Amino acid sequence: MHRTPRLFLFAAPLAAVPGRAVAAGMPQLNVHDPLLIGQVVWGAVIFAGFYIVLSRSALPRIERVLSNRRTRIQNDLDIARRAKAESDRASAELLSTRHEAAAQARANVERIQNEARLSAEAHARETAKRLEADIANAEARIAQSREQALSSLPAIATGTAQNLVSRLIGEQDEQTIASAVKRVSA
Amino acid sequence: MTGEASVAAGSTIDALGQFELHPVLGSLGEALRFSQSPLFMLIAVVLVLAFLFIGMRPASVVPGRLQAAAEIGYDFIHDLAIGTMGEEGAAFFPFVFALFFFILAGNYLGLLPFSFTYTSHIAVTLALAVTVFLISILASLRFQGLGFFKHFMPAGAPVWLSPLLVPIEILSFLSRPVSLSIRLFANMVAGHVLLEMFAGFTIMLAGLGFFGHILAVAPIAINIALTALELLVGVLQAYVFAILTCIYLREAVAH
Repeated sequence: MHRTPRLFLFAAPLAAVPGRAVAAGMPQLNVHDPLLIGQVVWGAVIFAGFYIVLSRSALPRIERVLSNRRTRIQNDLDIARRAKAESDRASAELLSTRHEAAAQARANVERIQNEARLSAEAHARETAKRLEADIANAEARIAQSREQALSSLPAIATGTAQNLVSRLIGEQDEQTIASAVKRVSA
Repeated sequence: MTGEASVAAGSTIDALGQFELHPVLGSLGEALRFSQSPLFMLIAVVLVLAFLFIGMRPASVVPGRLQAAAEIGYDFIHDLAIGTMGEEGAAFFPFVFALFFFILAGNYLGLLPFSFTYTSHIAVTLALAVTVFLISILASLRFQGLGFFKHFMPAGAPVWLSPLLVPIEILSFLSRPVSLSIRLFANMVAGHVLLEMFAGFTIMLAGLGFFGHILAVAPIAINIALTALELLVGVLQAYVFAILTCIYLREAVAH
């Protein structure tokens, strides 16, 4: 097994890489070495054992962990997506409810304003009607008083005229005076 | 890299001694033909399985660091395998996973001092490549039946060229396990030989007195850079092996 080349220092780098050194005898090419065949047989056994342990136990174990993780992430994503859809729906619902409430409130305000206006108008109409009636009453009373006053005017005028005439001339003709007053006041 | 390399009297470098096989456990190892190579295969396999089992023990939905690392390893190879072979190739995913981590762990274990790189043995890489080759042939025959042989005549090529094309296609098909195994083997050997060479330079220069001591720093610096390169090469070669396996198997399962 000691057929290795003895080379001089400065020739060594040239010789050791392929060339003469290989030709002179690499231990790897010594087919008469029983250990060379032995390592192939042992290597086959070890590699086969390695393959069996890997394919039966080690690799399926890793595959299980990885696929568990994949399914778990997928499930979590699904849950998150569902939750998002639900919250979207809830927020849309909330929005529409708020719209409805606002519309209703607006309608209420309008209705109340209308009612207030109508009742105020009615009240004003009523007051105006009452005032008109009062005015009419008062006018009627005034007219009556005036009539009364006007009707009593000829008598007063006649009386006054008689007094004046009797003071002035000392006699009186009731008929003439009354007709004269009537003529003047007509 | 092993400490086996004998730098005798500061005048020679034994760059290939690190690849020699030695029985472990004395005579028992000798009788069982159990060298340090299968020992490191065993260590690599145990480390990878421990990484996966300990990492995945919490099996939690929110992974910790180690579990995340194990899952990244799984996802990386799973995407590679399914992305290349499609869902029809899902049955081969554990095989590709085993190949990638067997090679990666071997490449990286070999970078530790006093360890052994089993991927630097052509017998090991060839055995792996032949396994891939046989599995792809069996899968082709199972998924495509005799239609598998149509691959040797490229579609659309003129018939009169077939005497030339068919032998070329057969040769290129048969060369797959060779190129697959030699690519990995040669990369690992070259890297480890270089590391050994420069480490040897340091020892030799150190024997040259004061200036030698100063100059001896340079190969150490180079070795640090080479170690970084080897870390890259180690994962790259494992990846290349795995993706080529996927490509061969895709041809087998594609209809």
